[in-house]
Amino acid sequence: MGKSEDSEKKKKMKDVEISVPIVYGNAAFWLGKKASEYQSHKWTVYVRGATNEDLSVVVKRAVFQLHSSFNNPTRIVESAPFELTESGWGEFEIAITLFFHNYVCEKPLNLYHHLKLYPEDESGPMSTKKPVVVESYDEVVFTEPSESFLARVQNHPAVTFPRLPAGFTLPPPVPQDESKRKRGDTKDHPLSQWFLNFSEADELLQLAAARQQVQTHIAKLRRQISLTDGQNQPFKSL
Amino acid sequence: MDAKDILGLPKTPLSITQEKKSRPQKDSQRKPDGISREVYALTGGVAPLMPSIDVSQLKRRPPSDEKITWQWLPFTSSARKDNLQLYHWVRVVNGVPPTGDYSFAKYNKSVDVIRYTDEEYEKHLTDPKWTKEETDQLFDLCERFDLRFIIIADRFPTPRTVEELKDRYYSVSRTILVARAPSPGEVAGHPLVKEPYNVTQEIERKRALSMVLSQTKHQERKDAEVLAEAKRIAESRMAARAAEEPDLPIASDIGPESAERAVGPGDTISPSNVQVPAPAAAPSTSLRVYLRTYALEQMVQAASSSAGLRTIKRVEQTLQDLEVNLKPKVPTKAVCAEHLELRKEILTLLNLQKQLQYKEAEGSSFRDGSYGDMPGSAKRSQRAADQDRTFVLDTISFGVIPGDRGVKREQKRKGPGRASETSSSPAGAHKRPRKMKASDL
Repeated sequence: MGKSEDSEKKKKMKDVEISVPIVYGNAAFWLGKKASEYQSHKWTVYVRGATNEDLSVVVKRAVFQLHSSFNNPTRIVESAPFELTESGWGEFEIAITLFFHNYVCEKPLNLYHHLKLYPEDESGPMSTKKPVVVESYDEVVFTEPSESFLARVQNHPAVTFPRLPAGFTLPPPVPQDESKRKRGDTKDHPLSQWFLNFSEADELLQLAAARQQVQTHIAKLRRQISLTDGQNQPFKSL
Repeated sequence: MDAKDILGLPKTPLSITQEKKSRPQKDSQRKPDGISREVYALTGGVAPLMPSIDVSQLKRRPPSDEKITWQWLPFTSSARKDNLQLYHWVRVVNGVPPTGDYSFAKYNKSVDVIRYTDEEYEKHLTDPKWTKEETDQLFDLCERFDLRFIIIADRFPTPRTVEELKDRYYSVSRTILVARAPSPGEVAGHPLVKEPYNVTQEIERKRALSMVLSQTKHQERKDAEVLAEAKRIAESRMAARAAEEPDLPIASDIGPESAERAVGPGDTISPSNVQVPAPAAAPSTSLRVYLRTYALEQMVQAASSSAGLRTIKRVEQTLQDLEVNLKPKVPTKAVCAEHLELRKEILTLLNLQKQLQYKEAEGSSFRDGSYGDMPGSAKRSQRAADQDRTFVLDTISFGVIPGDRGVKREQKRKGPGRASETSSSPAGAHKRPRKMKASDL
């Protein structure tokens, strides 16, 4: 390909972005009778696909940076599901660094999650059966994705694939040997019954309603302003 | 020099700092042994911020075998050059007054100002802009006032700026030092020689500093905006260069610490580690990755950069009233776009309200000016009070709100048609609503 075609392509690709919806957070179980002073809870911090799909097509490894009072506070997880289970008593901020495959992105991305062990309602009884779960939804956006990246993820359920500019064709995907790798999705994860649901429809609805109200109010104000202008005009011409 | 030194009391055998160090370093996640976790948490869960005074030391009385009296005695100080005899109270132990120099004499420091001889002046120091007399006066003042140039400039007989005086002083001292030194190498380490005083730079620096200090709020906000934009551009360029260096991954710190990058407006390359890539040969790897919430935050900040803090708070209050999350719970592309648009529309709304207020105030001032006392003004002020309330309600609430809240709001109003009556009724001295002043916006 000639240089001019290359830069042409780059220009077209400017507005193309791949976004990967993720959910990250923790689930913490109180240990009840088995709790000791230093180990009162068993918790798992994790990063999962928002629809519980396997993230390892994009994420190469995840590094969880724990509080310095833990042994080896830097925990590296090399394969999906990207999670870490520990026991302790304290709540602290966990820095999660996601490293991506070479064809995805060279730079890692940092997420920050505040580990929650104790329920909001302090007066309620703590249960060993029901965990305290705090999750955050976010989307990892890759701008100007490479061709190899696009090819690799074209039909993957974990990834929101963009609409490609006109006339753009991708090479067919390389068939992956699925049998060798173990399943990295979290659909049947033991904690999956506690995962929260994130529906953009509710939020969109709320936002649309709010915008409607604001727009109506704006129109009303505009009318009032022009009315007042009309009233003030006779004074101004004096 | 701690408090005991200044007071002149003898030091204690076991100093308090040592006691503190012997306690092992604790952080907020580990409790100390010996007390339960809950008790430790009562203190806030951290070690005390200020070193506490050891209470046992305070009550300690001097050992009883010592007889202490206080006597009014004369003393001399090595800091004084005259032989002035002064007196003060002295703590006498067993009839033996304390020896040694006056304890404050050690604070009498002064600067070593280099004095030149007349010969040296003739040889090295003549200058068209300075007479010998002036230079002599300058040095006298420097010695007298310990190089406090502001005072020296004030007391200088002929008008000279601080920078000029500094320049003359430092260049003369430098020349003398170099001239007197047996070899240039020996004196090269001296701070006066190593870092010469740069007049133009100093003048420029002070001018820039005063400019920064006298910036208006508006200017500050504009600068912050520009810097944020520049930072984004620099980051994307840095990512471009980082993509060239596969063995030097740089974390894109998108989180609370992201503001710490030192990037000036003209600065494009982080000086730390990235080499300049070969131009136009970018490999086809992705250039940037970011979290959508981070991008939304940036865009919200950019959109509200021209608004004051109060306005931003009002936008957030409005969002809450509309039952919209300040930060979307499900930040997809569509949701973020809608959220941003909503915020912009709210800003427009607030601006329009302000505009309307001004126009109405204008209108009422016109009427007040031309009408003065009018019959029925009592009735008017009654209506004005009503209008105040409904006007206030009008701007905060949004008419019919879906759900229960709508019902309650409706009941607060005097009548359904009242809301529209508020601003469209021309007659009536419309007082400015108490809740919102023009200066608020």
